[in-house]
Amino acid sequence: MKRRALVALGLAIVQAALPGCEREPRNTGAPEREVVVFAAASLQDAFTTLAATFESRHPGVDVKLSFAGSQQLRTQIEHGATFDVFASADEMNVRALVRSSLVGQPSTFAENEPVVVVAPGAASIVGAFADLPLADRLVVGTQDVPIGRYTLEILDRASTERGPDFRSKVESKVASRELTVRQVLSKVALGEAQAGVVYRSDALGAMDRVRVVEIPKQHNVVARYPVAIAARAPHPALARAWVDLLRSAEGRSALEQAGFRTPEEE
Amino acid sequence: MSVTRRNPRVERLAIAGTGGILALALVLPLAALALTTTRVSLATALSHPLVWPALRLSLLTTLVSLTLVVVLGTPLAWTLARSRSRLARTVETLVELPIVVPPAVAGVALLLAFGRHGVFAGVLYPEGTSLAFTTAAVVLAELFVSAPLYLQAANAAFRRVDARFVVVARSLGASPLRVFVRIALPLAAPSLVAGAAMSWARSLGEFGATLMFAGNLQGVTQTLPIAVYTALESDLGVAQALSVLLMLVALLLLLLARAALSRAEAAP
Repeated sequence: MKRRALVALGLAIVQAALPGCEREPRNTGAPEREVVVFAAASLQDAFTTLAATFESRHPGVDVKLSFAGSQQLRTQIEHGATFDVFASADEMNVRALVRSSLVGQPSTFAENEPVVVVAPGAASIVGAFADLPLADRLVVGTQDVPIGRYTLEILDRASTERGPDFRSKVESKVASRELTVRQVLSKVALGEAQAGVVYRSDALGAMDRVRVVEIPKQHNVVARYPVAIAARAPHPALARAWVDLLRSAEGRSALEQAGFRTPEEE
Repeated sequence: MSVTRRNPRVERLAIAGTGGILALALVLPLAALALTTTRVSLATALSHPLVWPALRLSLLTTLVSLTLVVVLGTPLAWTLARSRSRLARTVETLVELPIVVPPAVAGVALLLAFGRHGVFAGVLYPEGTSLAFTTAAVVLAELFVSAPLYLQAANAAFRRVDARFVVVARSLGASPLRVFVRIALPLAAPSLVAGAAMSWARSLGEFGATLMFAGNLQGVTQTLPIAVYTALESDLGVAQALSVLLMLVALLLLLLARAALSRAEAAP
């Protein structure tokens, strides 16, 4: 009896609190005042710059940026997060959202290239991509995150040229499979690991602490960054404007400054 | 002024109801986690290759770190609780600090202290070697985040030990070690067990410092919480089922600790 009364009381309180929760946005046709951009963590520098550009071009508009791993953002979106634009570091997560009709057609706005970063103390050991098996401690991304998948793909491609055991030789030196590119980078920058594979855009911010070794063109892959507008975007016009900004000369130069390549205009 | 007699049941209910809000906030997310995990997905998750090495590593490392925390923490807490010096107060505060340090920061701190180029590398072990990426690093990370919880509980328990017992025992010729073992420990035992349980639970859930300091390698440094986070990157279902497993293990440990505690309290 008493227990039931307590549960009822609890539920009543929860219900009373509910109107304060986030509601499905209504499109009233009033001028849009903000745009919510979900973006992969690697876009942080470029998008922060571009948000300032956007706000100066649209006075009174607030750009709300939310940075996290692409997979985490996708999970948030699938669980009903409100957003206008989603910029992902890989195509897989956007494709899944397209399939479930949560976002519109994506378009590629940037490309990123994996590179090898080498700790200062290990420069004499790993001077080139082919030297990776000579290291004692490597860190890579886990295969659950895009950079880890790309790394395996690169090693597989290299194995066709450098002998079938190239990948296994490199993998036997892996001391840790990190969950984010930033963790790979920080472990190399701290000298804990001798080398790791990260995106060029990440390496660019740590040039004073790591050395960049190029991955031969024939082995390397290109990470494509797609952007898509939410199917039920609360601010569709500003969302469109944000995507246009990414493809404009100004957007491209901000992305290139952050280490990305930008695809040619179609 | 008139004295009104209120219904005591209503008042009790009001007090319980207010507290119930907090209980709901704590229980609802865990209930949702358990309710939305189907038996099929739990079975799939349990047969996932990540699970058993991670569970084994988690149990092994937390047992080692718990042992270290209790064996080293108990004398430290006793010393701090008995001492009146300013140094003791300072140490007391410093060793509780890790509670408020964000775990990822703790991981960075551990790297900076014990890493290959850490401040104390070269003093503790030959230059160029490091604990990082080893199972020992996992234990150290767990120790760092969980020991303060035990120290806090043990310190409070030892402060409640009646000083007169200690004085009398000493005046009757008992050595300090004998006072510690035969008087302080038995009197504080229930709280020590409770503190150890909290500390164990904390190290079982430890994630941020481990990931930063020890990394993520299956069978070597990938504990259950890190396996959950790794699975979260690719398959929410598996991550969820793993979380339920972690929750069950923690629940079991807390129940065991509670049982030990009530037995200790029932003892004369």
